[in-house]
Amino acid sequence: MLSLLQQSHSVLNPSSPQTRLIDRLWDAMYFVSAVVFVLVVLALLLSVFRRRDSEAAETDPGQERSLTTAVSIATALTVLILFGFLVYDVAVGRQLTRGLGKDALQVRVIGHQWWWELQYRDSVAQNWFTTANELHIPVGRPVALELLSTDVIHSFWPPTVSQKRDLIPGKDNSLWLQADTPGVYRGQCAEYCGQQHAKMAFLVIAQRPDSFASWLAAQRDTALTPTTQPAIRGQEVFLASSCVMCHAIAGTPAGSRIGPDLTHLASRRTIAAGTLPNTRGNLAGWIVNPQSIKPGTRMPPNQLKPADLQALLAYLETLK
Amino acid sequence: MCSRFREGGAAAGQRGRSFAALRMTAGAVIVLVACQREERNFSGMPPSATSTMPAARESGLQPGPSVRSTSINGPYEQNAYGVAQGKTLYNAFNCSGCHFQGGGGIGPPLMDDEWVYGSRPENIFETIAEGRPNGMPSFGGKINPDQIWQIVAYVRSMSGLLRKDVATGRNDDMQVRSQEQAADKAKPVQSALPPSAERQ
Amino acid sequence: MSAAAAPVPQPPPAYEDQERVRRELEQTWAQPPGLWHWLRSVDHKSIAKRYIVTAFIFFVLAGLEAATMRAQLARPENTVLGPDAYNQFFTMHGLTMMFLFAVPIMEAMGLYFVPLMIGARNVAFPRLNAYGYWVYLCGGIFLYLMFFMNTGPDVGWFGYVPLSGPEFSPGKRADVYAQAITFTEIASLVGSVELIVTIFKNRAPGMTLNRMPLFVWAMLVQAFMILFAMPWVATATQFLAMDRLMATHFFNPAEGGDALLWQHLFWFFGHPEVYIIFIPALGFVSSIIGTFTRRPVFGYPVMVLSMIATGFLGFGLWVHHMFATGLPQLGESFFTGASMMIAIPSGIQIFCWIATIWSGRPRFTVPFLFVLGFVVLFIIGGFTGVMIASVPFDQQVHDSYFIVAHFHYVLIGGAVFPLFGAFYYWFPKVTGRMLSERLGRWNFWLFFIGMNVTFFPMHQLGFEGMPRRVYTYLPETGWGDLNLLATIGAVTIATSMLIFVINVVRSYRVGLPAGDDPWGGETLEWATTSPPPHYNFEYPPVVESRSPLWDTTGEMPVVTGLRTDVRDTLVTTLLDAEPDSKHRHPNPSIWPLLSAIATTILFVTLIFTPWGAVIGTPLFLLALLGWGWPRGRDKREQQLVESEA
Repeated sequence: MLSLLQQSHSVLNPSSPQTRLIDRLWDAMYFVSAVVFVLVVLALLLSVFRRRDSEAAETDPGQERSLTTAVSIATALTVLILFGFLVYDVAVGRQLTRGLGKDALQVRVIGHQWWWELQYRDSVAQNWFTTANELHIPVGRPVALELLSTDVIHSFWPPTVSQKRDLIPGKDNSLWLQADTPGVYRGQCAEYCGQQHAKMAFLVIAQRPDSFASWLAAQRDTALTPTTQPAIRGQEVFLASSCVMCHAIAGTPAGSRIGPDLTHLASRRTIAAGTLPNTRGNLAGWIVNPQSIKPGTRMPPNQLKPADLQALLAYLETLK
Repeated sequence: MCSRFREGGAAAGQRGRSFAALRMTAGAVIVLVACQREERNFSGMPPSATSTMPAARESGLQPGPSVRSTSINGPYEQNAYGVAQGKTLYNAFNCSGCHFQGGGGIGPPLMDDEWVYGSRPENIFETIAEGRPNGMPSFGGKINPDQIWQIVAYVRSMSGLLRKDVATGRNDDMQVRSQEQAADKAKPVQSALPPSAERQ
Repeated sequence: MSAAAAPVPQPPPAYEDQERVRRELEQTWAQPPGLWHWLRSVDHKSIAKRYIVTAFIFFVLAGLEAATMRAQLARPENTVLGPDAYNQFFTMHGLTMMFLFAVPIMEAMGLYFVPLMIGARNVAFPRLNAYGYWVYLCGGIFLYLMFFMNTGPDVGWFGYVPLSGPEFSPGKRADVYAQAITFTEIASLVGSVELIVTIFKNRAPGMTLNRMPLFVWAMLVQAFMILFAMPWVATATQFLAMDRLMATHFFNPAEGGDALLWQHLFWFFGHPEVYIIFIPALGFVSSIIGTFTRRPVFGYPVMVLSMIATGFLGFGLWVHHMFATGLPQLGESFFTGASMMIAIPSGIQIFCWIATIWSGRPRFTVPFLFVLGFVVLFIIGGFTGVMIASVPFDQQVHDSYFIVAHFHYVLIGGAVFPLFGAFYYWFPKVTGRMLSERLGRWNFWLFFIGMNVTFFPMHQLGFEGMPRRVYTYLPETGWGDLNLLATIGAVTIATSMLIFVINVVRSYRVGLPAGDDPWGGETLEWATTSPPPHYNFEYPPVVESRSPLWDTTGEMPVVTGLRTDVRDTLVTTLLDAEPDSKHRHPNPSIWPLLSAIATTILFVTLIFTPWGAVIGTPLFLLALLGWGWPRGRDKREQQLVESEA
């Protein structure tokens, strides 16, 4: 079975300048906290288990004074440590929000229940295209994301490459990210958004500039016209059945924007928002009964004749 | 109250028991109604579907009614989730393109009491699935039957034919009409011909 | 209230007089057996006991919901709960724990022990107190009835719009959410008014503000926080209900509303809420540490000021729940500063407790064990709290399992551990019997271990990218093992809870008799019998120090001059607690219950039809009319007046 992931997707395994900064901040806070924790617990245990004179006075004024000093020192240290955290934290925050270079790639991310629409922008309007659930980015170049939602609040979070940012209806949010090393990084919606919040994942695919450029060129094309017999029949099925009510395929009459754009479906690694590897079998299962895979998803079951289904699959597989 | 029943002898006792039984039945009804209202049906199959759709249509032209929905009282008539789905689909599938938000325009209004082809759920189902003369296209085969039933329920809610606790509230859009919950029941009246047909 | 002759401190009266006084008080304040009298009770102890038992039942229900969720998450792609059920379960878990368990039980502990600790006969407004409980009970029953009817809220306890709004939450689930919160609002506001007035006006003579036990201070700060925090969530939920039922546009951006407005309103309540739960726990800890180290808690003024500071700062942090919403960075930094600042008073209190233990003589009882567990767990939760105050770090772990771990350390470690300590500490006072120490140790260790096994791995799950509120996860994510571990921990916690329940049931029947003061406590509640009589004290005691029971040798001076044949209580001045006047307390009444039922009818029917207002409002006004209807003197009083004439 195709593995969805090539790398761990942990906050502690950063692959971008931002997440690396945050990881270092965490390291510092963790180290200081661990030391203080050990000290406080030691003090607690010592205070409980220390040897006591059985005859000592109930409250000894000298002892009270030294305790006051100890508590004051501990409080002062707390304040100092917290202030240190604050300064470090604000410094990191400033670095994360500094302005972008002019060459940033512009991508609009639109959250839907329960998938991600990605619109790649360009100065030439013909070059705009829409894809879903897989954010391809070039390594080493900043990417400016415009984050929108058309229904409820979602949150964009690929832990290894970026911190998270909410997609809020009626509010335009933005986020920039940049990956250092090529790889496939997983992310998932982090704001509870209804029935299928759990299965609203996406991939960030960081590529070398040349392979990104060829991906970009391929995506800008309209879909190939089918040439083989089953694929031609499959396109007919697509255009005549309920598929066309929700999905768009550039270069065909299908232009609905309710579901994910399928123009280059076959070039994606996963279907159903990062839920299943994109294989013929999974695709068939998904088309026939998506509700068994993501109960509550907006896509209805499709009772296609077996031959029609096979033709449809053959067509969808040509959409490289 | 209860003690008086007990003191009042056999007849009153009888009444007390039947009273209690009545209350229990009423309670059970409330529970069932609530369950039906709140159920989320994720199977994608209408609870009592009897018809299957032709999978794909070859062309826009098609023979006469092939879908004969027997008198199923629409499966989503008492299901708030289904009605809300119907509302989403109504907008997504561009029903509003002709019927607008129920006020009508190119197509007849849906929020009034006049019905050309019947107001019962199965009538509306047929209207959507088979289309009607003078402009209503047929969506059978293009819209999943379950979703048609959801749209049916929503269309009926526009003129207040559903219970108010089942009908939808406002959307997060520009407000163009009052919410369906507030629609007063418009007693369906049979209308002879659509206005568009009259003009021809 | 009569401004008649202010009573003065006197030595205790002779023995025969005491016997007579006791008989008369018993007769005046009695609560006769039977359901009817039970429903009419206005005794703060019996109402607080109901509160505690009810809240504990809700705690168990919410715990069972949590256990079911842990069962679902034990394996990837598990099928114990589907998404629809899971969403209702996690919402009910949060709502129940926050609104039906944590806040009510903390207030209930206050309503039981504050009057005893300040030497009062009852809370200030006993009928209002009863009304608060009945509203809370009706609200809880309403929420759970709806849950069993598949109408349980499924929008999360935080109910973010637009998901909870009219478009995305069809049906009545989100209305139930909004209205259930309104119920508990009323109950907690009522409780906070009770506590504030009782603490300010009913303290024993001589208990100046700076002699008040730390527990009473904690309840005072908490009550004020409730007073200022709860109206915001009431506003928010009313906006939501209006958006849903009346098509207003408070949260609709297309018509000039704002989805973020909800978050601001909710968290302006929601963050203080955490401290509303946590501050009473500080009071429990101080009481327990004082008693079991046999010395007053170190640094009383600093402790008090820390609690007050926490109370104020608690209102300046709400935006740290919204760091991922893309607010301006400068504004966010301000809230980072405030969020870190609130760690300072907490730190000071921990240092003071350690200093207390250091200079005292600790006794290893179960309550003390729970306090030690509290310190360890709370420090962990506190540190992760400081970390997530940092905007960049929070933008990573926000809404991930790291947060789940963090706030369970704070809430279980910081509030539930002290609460269990308090149960073991005060159970003898309430029932007259000791809880078993042996079972108590099992309870503690299983809870402590289970808690860490459940929640510590969640930090790591958060780092690995597991978001909160997911009903399942894919096997490829690699989250399965740690989730299984967390589920094992949950089973351990459940076992410890079972042991606690067994301990309570057994000890209630056959536990060792406790006597008045089994632990050698310092505060006034240990001066009366266990369980305390309906009138709490025969005479209001006179307080001359912070630790009245430790500092008074021989008989404690008391105030005489209160009538014993009617429900007279003493009112004292706010700062110095000098006797000021007498206040006649009301007799038991059925009207609080009837008013609560009318309130319930109003709220519940409003969800389904606007006619609810037309039906419910007159009913409620009628109930209030009955409540306030002047009844003249009762029979005994009439006789007295006649005999005097």
